[in-house]
Amino acid sequence: MGEPEPETEAHRIAAEARDRVRFEEEALELADQVYRVARRLVGSREEAEDLVQETYGRAFRSWRSYTPGTNLRAWLLRILTNLNLDRGRRIQRSPDFQPIEEGDYYLANKVAEAQGEQALDQDRVVERLSQDSIVNALSSLPHDFRDTVVLVDIGEFSYADAAQILDVPIGTVMSRLHRGRRLLKSRLADEAVS
Amino acid sequence: MSKGPCEACEELLQGYLDRELTDDEVSLAESHLDGCEYCRRRYRFEVSLRRYVQTTAVERMPPGLMEKLAELRSAGA
Repeated sequence: MGEPEPETEAHRIAAEARDRVRFEEEALELADQVYRVARRLVGSREEAEDLVQETYGRAFRSWRSYTPGTNLRAWLLRILTNLNLDRGRRIQRSPDFQPIEEGDYYLANKVAEAQGEQALDQDRVVERLSQDSIVNALSSLPHDFRDTVVLVDIGEFSYADAAQILDVPIGTVMSRLHRGRRLLKSRLADEAVS
Repeated sequence: MSKGPCEACEELLQGYLDRELTDDEVSLAESHLDGCEYCRRRYRFEVSLRRYVQTTAVERMPPGLMEKLAELRSAGA
């Protein structure tokens, strides 16, 4: 077929520039949501800001590897969690051994014991927990558990999306989520009934 | 408090809360909740807790970050 027509080539370049601009705009619209997740994955606001900037830098460079129509927020979070792991997180992976966990109902049972079964019917029963204690309890979770709990409970990702973002089987997401939430609840229990 | 018989449901309700159950499991969870006040109360508590953790743990993007991100767009373009 020979060399592409100069006009066709110009069209292709123009179309690509449009695609790129659209990609960048869509990605930026998600920045607040990406930040919210990032903030709970790392220890400080500064770290979260750096991580989000690094993520967007990489995303803008490798925008061609994003498939339009797929979940862009999950795609961005996958870059972010990988960068977070690359920042030396791997060396402090959570040990296999974890303290014995209480059941899913542990916190509810504690509240019921302290305040009676009817207390569980009230939405405000949880408001006794301060923002600090929730944030601290989340950040005290072993990394693997925290990543999963933050993606699903704060980021509202499905199990399948979380599995893809973290590059682990869906069963691993489920078990980390399960154990992470149990640990979280056991760490909140003292304050909930104080 | 009949804790023993509800241990299986305890786990089922997590998936129910996450809307990740199959249709059959959803029916199972719902018919259990219909008949079990113990689990119904705890399910309700879990819903409040989940919502509360979600709203309390959210921190908005710091001012200025959006501009920094926008500057990273296709360098030179």
